[in-house]
Amino acid sequence: MLYDSAMTSILNSAEDIAACIEDGALLALPPEYGPCSMDTIRALIRRGAKNLRLLAVPQFGLQADLLIGAGCVAEVESAAVTLGEHGLAPRFTDAIKSGSIGMHDTTCPAIHAALQASEKGIPFMPLRGLIGTDILARREDWKVLDNPFEDDDPIAYLPAIKPDAALFHAAKADRNGNVWIGLRRETMVMAHASRQTYVTAEEIVDDDLLADAELAAGTIPGLYVDAIAPAKRGAWPLGVPGLYERDDAHLARYAGVAKTPDGFAAYLNDHVMPRIAAE
Amino acid sequence: MTEIRTEEIMIAAIAQMLSGLSHVAVGAASPIPGSAALLARELSGGRMRVSLLGRITQPTFTDGGRELFDCAAQGRIDAFFLSGVQIDGQANINLVYIGDPDSPKARFPGSFGSAYLYFLVPRVILFRQEHTPRTLVEKVDFVSAPGSSDENVYRPGGPHGLVTGRCVFGFDKDLGRFRIESVHPGHTLDEIREQTGFEFDVPSTGVEETPQPEKAWLQLIRGPVGDEIREVYPGFAKKMFDSA
Repeated sequence: MLYDSAMTSILNSAEDIAACIEDGALLALPPEYGPCSMDTIRALIRRGAKNLRLLAVPQFGLQADLLIGAGCVAEVESAAVTLGEHGLAPRFTDAIKSGSIGMHDTTCPAIHAALQASEKGIPFMPLRGLIGTDILARREDWKVLDNPFEDDDPIAYLPAIKPDAALFHAAKADRNGNVWIGLRRETMVMAHASRQTYVTAEEIVDDDLLADAELAAGTIPGLYVDAIAPAKRGAWPLGVPGLYERDDAHLARYAGVAKTPDGFAAYLNDHVMPRIAAE
Repeated sequence: MTEIRTEEIMIAAIAQMLSGLSHVAVGAASPIPGSAALLARELSGGRMRVSLLGRITQPTFTDGGRELFDCAAQGRIDAFFLSGVQIDGQANINLVYIGDPDSPKARFPGSFGSAYLYFLVPRVILFRQEHTPRTLVEKVDFVSAPGSSDENVYRPGGPHGLVTGRCVFGFDKDLGRFRIESVHPGHTLDEIREQTGFEFDVPSTGVEETPQPEKAWLQLIRGPVGDEIREVYPGFAKKMFDSA
């Protein structure tokens, strides 16, 4: 079965969500302003996930750097990987230099377009730009063909991307698996396009989010959501708009210590390997 | 008022290139252009719209990450900004690899939206504060986005100019070359020749000095513009505005 439209499972914790994401999965993740399900990222590392293929929608920071450093990743498709004002993503950069992960360089709109193709259930999407870039030259899966409706108008064609799983965090979800995302519409596209969608939420409310028209417009229907789990401050050290800000002091420390494998290992010991007491 | 910073000269120079436009968008890792766009908006008397990516309060877009790109392809964005770890004399930009991409000497974040927006936004302003032979090169090691395209490639957009920590270049689309337009105060043409890895044209009429931002502009940069840019670039704002 390509998609499972059964009722959404309500799980207990990010640990349970991490158990649903299989080794080798093509895993779609949102950018740093996501919100990102950092609790599940840490749980994936604790369970020793292997050979994940990470798809950035459309760029990465801490999520990818942690998973790569912990040895969970086989390859990455992303328009960029960076810790922003805190500098380069150190574990990613080392992995590229040593050749220990595969890299598919791309550009932000190419990821959005290829996911939109999956949303529409069509095999490809044409996209402007790209012609003459080394990104396209190094992508054997992309083609340049003529616009079928005009003469001499070359345009790039990108195959649809259908992630095995999408994973992100949200301010709230309800017991029917509806997930309120507000402005973060790329998570809507991720949910539409992916075979399975997993969400952690700051709270799981008893009200039906689709019953309120103002909330419903920014809500992913449970139809697309396979499982949800509560995770208070589950995006830390990244933020959730309107609830809490990213922890820049922590991110700055990470950018420093993760520059060496030993420093990164110590970071995992301090901040990832211990289970959160509340669980 | 404290000493004028190089960043402030760049902000003012970029703001001048935006005069009269109606919609300016600012992408990732672009604090100097972001400040320039906000300054230009302040100076536009309320005519200019600025879309600053990464803002949580007062967002311009409501349809997710794709909207900026769809908007650009429709021709709804007049200006955008790109940088590069390398920029070459044909205005090709490289945001990814130094050396052979299969065994790189260095890896940088990535191309972001450049491979698309460079083709579609009419006025793309390149910026790079570090103006040395390692950033301004004869030929880039990796083309994130090309400065020009074959005639049959759909390309309403492309490079307009390049603002560095030493000077302002314009880009001549017909010649496919940069032409120096002004030298920042304290710098010389000879020094710029020495620090630039590509050949560029010099106007026969000579090269002017980049104007220092006047007092009213500085007050805007250090006041409302700085306050607004801080939301997206707290590190930049701290370095620029909190040390004085």
